[in-house]
Amino acid sequence: MSTHQLTERPSRSTLFDGLTRYIPISATVALLIALYLGGVANYPNFDNPQVVAKLFIDNAPLLVIAVGMTFVILSGGIDLSVGSVMAFSTMACAWLTVEAGIAAPVALVLVLAFGTAWGLLIGAVIHYFDVQPFIATLVGLFLFRGLTLQISDTDVSMREIEFFQWGMTHVDFGNVRDGGFWLPYLSFVAFAVVIIAFVVLHYTRFGRGVYAVGGSEQSALLMGLPVARTKIGVYAVSGFCAALAGILAAFATKSANPLANVGAELDAIAAVVIGGTLLTGGAGFVLGTVAGVMVWGMLNTLIAFQGNLSSWWARIVMGILLLAFILLQRVLARSGEKRRT
Amino acid sequence: MSDDPIVQMTGIRKDFTGVRALDGVDFTLRPGEIHAVMGENGAGKSTLIKVLTGVHTPDAGEIRLDGRPVRFHSPGAAQAAGISTVYQEVNLTDNLSVAENLFAGREPRLGPFINFRAMRRKAKALLDDIGIELNVAAPLSSYSIAMQQLVAISRAVDIEAKVLILDEPTSSLDRDEVNVLLGVMRRLAAKGTAMVFISHFLDQVYDIADRMTVLRNGQLVGEWTTAELPESELIGHMLGREAATLEQIERTAAAHHAAEEEPLMEVTGLGRRGSIAPYDLRVRRGEVVGLAGLLGSGRTETVRLIAGADRADSGKLRFDGKAVNGHNPRTASARGIAFCPENRKTEGLVGDLSVAENMILAMQASRGWARSIPVARRDKLVAEFIEKLDIRPGDPDMPVKNLSGGNQQKVLLARWMLIEPKLLILDEPTRGIDVGAKADIQRLVAELSSDGMAVLFVSAELDEVTRLSDRIAVLRDRELVAVLESEADMTTERIVDTIVSGGREA
Repeated sequence: MSTHQLTERPSRSTLFDGLTRYIPISATVALLIALYLGGVANYPNFDNPQVVAKLFIDNAPLLVIAVGMTFVILSGGIDLSVGSVMAFSTMACAWLTVEAGIAAPVALVLVLAFGTAWGLLIGAVIHYFDVQPFIATLVGLFLFRGLTLQISDTDVSMREIEFFQWGMTHVDFGNVRDGGFWLPYLSFVAFAVVIIAFVVLHYTRFGRGVYAVGGSEQSALLMGLPVARTKIGVYAVSGFCAALAGILAAFATKSANPLANVGAELDAIAAVVIGGTLLTGGAGFVLGTVAGVMVWGMLNTLIAFQGNLSSWWARIVMGILLLAFILLQRVLARSGEKRRT
Repeated sequence: MSDDPIVQMTGIRKDFTGVRALDGVDFTLRPGEIHAVMGENGAGKSTLIKVLTGVHTPDAGEIRLDGRPVRFHSPGAAQAAGISTVYQEVNLTDNLSVAENLFAGREPRLGPFINFRAMRRKAKALLDDIGIELNVAAPLSSYSIAMQQLVAISRAVDIEAKVLILDEPTSSLDRDEVNVLLGVMRRLAAKGTAMVFISHFLDQVYDIADRMTVLRNGQLVGEWTTAELPESELIGHMLGREAATLEQIERTAAAHHAAEEEPLMEVTGLGRRGSIAPYDLRVRRGEVVGLAGLLGSGRTETVRLIAGADRADSGKLRFDGKAVNGHNPRTASARGIAFCPENRKTEGLVGDLSVAENMILAMQASRGWARSIPVARRDKLVAEFIEKLDIRPGDPDMPVKNLSGGNQQKVLLARWMLIEPKLLILDEPTRGIDVGAKADIQRLVAELSSDGMAVLFVSAELDEVTRLSDRIAVLRDRELVAVLESEADMTTERIVDTIVSGGREA
């Protein structure tokens, strides 16, 4: 009996495995290429490399919060507080440096520590009190928007603080006038966040734990995985990313607008979902999120080139795309379930 | 190998709101032995296991591991102490690969990073050792449930477990897979691993277990070696005094074998893709038809089509002489089909409403919302049913959620009896309830059918199905494979044989 060998081939394909797993992200990449080629065909100068580079300048803060959101959604949660935390962080940078006169590097460290601490706190509330993430993080959405407006209900400029010039320092790639392009330092910060997130999600125990908890929290618990640490950890990552995005926004605009980034959390969620991450958790890629953010940026760029369209069209198209991708996920998940039986 | 027990549980007590699940249970496990914990559903087996593995903390009693008192607050803590568990339902994450599931939480690493190559190599070696060959890089979801179960066992085995707990690990496995599993268990026992084995399959238990502990109704009946306890005595211990009362039901059920007449319900080729293959089934008035099969064999799916809870995509349903099309739970109950779903908490009862309110829900719905039931009449009916079903406590104003499982089930039954259905569908009505309530419900089913009501009865407990049913439909792999009609065929053994053979051979 002990020599009996059982063999089975992997047979079924679900959203989690094999090729089906890559369908949503392939669709996103194909869409991105189609949008780009459409732009090139219709508008002069669309093929200038700076057009693509600009995606990573304008959308660097969104990219960073979307990366944090990817962690949360992969674990099966949601974080609605990131837009407000981001605006609060920008305002805090301004207030700490301009009003309180604290040295800028110290202020940045304080802001990042605040974002992480907020994430830890709300993660603990979600896990230990078994509160729905939607409701728990809604607290942050209201709280920090209110606090931001409490600090200042008008723009605060950080132009006099020399430190904030750093973020937009150019790095040239080739001759900018002749087929080259440039990127500011803050774009590289965003790239670093993406690379670190990728490595953490795919090659560390914490990252694989995020996928496991998103796949089945109950199972992860029974397998003896550190579920509490993982769940709280993802909100800490998201809080940190939101604070960092706020700092990037401070670098980019050198001013703090108390009404900035209203709805940014929803843009981030949309980018994550369009990037192929399953809203119910357990499946997706951080690189898909990058593609999702680029789709959003590309839509805005196209509208800017068209010139006579309201910028709200980007949201309209994004809404339609979101619907299409959610339906795609459901169809794929269902066909997987059917083959299961 | 010493004879000192590795696990010693004494006087374990565990209460769940209002129900004592375990009452002063002792349990002793010695190194290298395979110890079966036996008892009917609701006897407390699972609770005992969950106390040992840190899912529940006991309200009283002591657990000693290797002679030292321990108290686990999470499955992780129990695992770290060398107690691993394999549950009936595969508790792995099927979005990750086989290798990741085997090593989740203890992956081989290079610095802070997971060494995937080493992990795959170790996974392959481990599975080889167990006797299965898989692509370890493929996601777990791409394998059958049986194979996933074996992966779960492999994981538990590799955690260097001193104690391995197998809670109904074979319920979804076929015969070859069971043999592989039992082979693995023997090898582990030879290496000195102590195992706790829970299974409904008595032949497997007698095949593999050295010793048995029998529980009944949350209490310890006793501990025996397998050799000194013949099967008939074991069953006697498991059923206890209940056996006598149930004997009687058997006789009444057999006595009123329904007269030949036009069936109340006739189903031809009813099916739903991916849920249950097309099946034929007839139910006569006054007849109890049992549905038997393993977990996931399509029992619930079968009755959900009849109740209109799921939409059939093929086949015909005739009820009470009329063809039924476009069926939903509302129209079904208007026609006289009542359905008590499996999960009484989420699909049946409204926990915050009172006993009386829950009872009259269906009756009110069938009258229409505009015509309220007079209070006096309501009170009289409710009082009558509380007495008839022996619902305790007998307070009609108590919120249903404060009642025990068995009494909740009775409230649900009363709800449907109030509208006097022609066909009553009961899906697992006795699961997880205490023995007394179980006997009450079984007696009630027998009574209802002798009054002329047709009953479709789904139960995981084969004993119960054979005891109550006039005919038994057997399901396997989401297919109705046979209907057992003759007296001689209606035994637990015949049902098991039919499930195993898939109804193909005699």
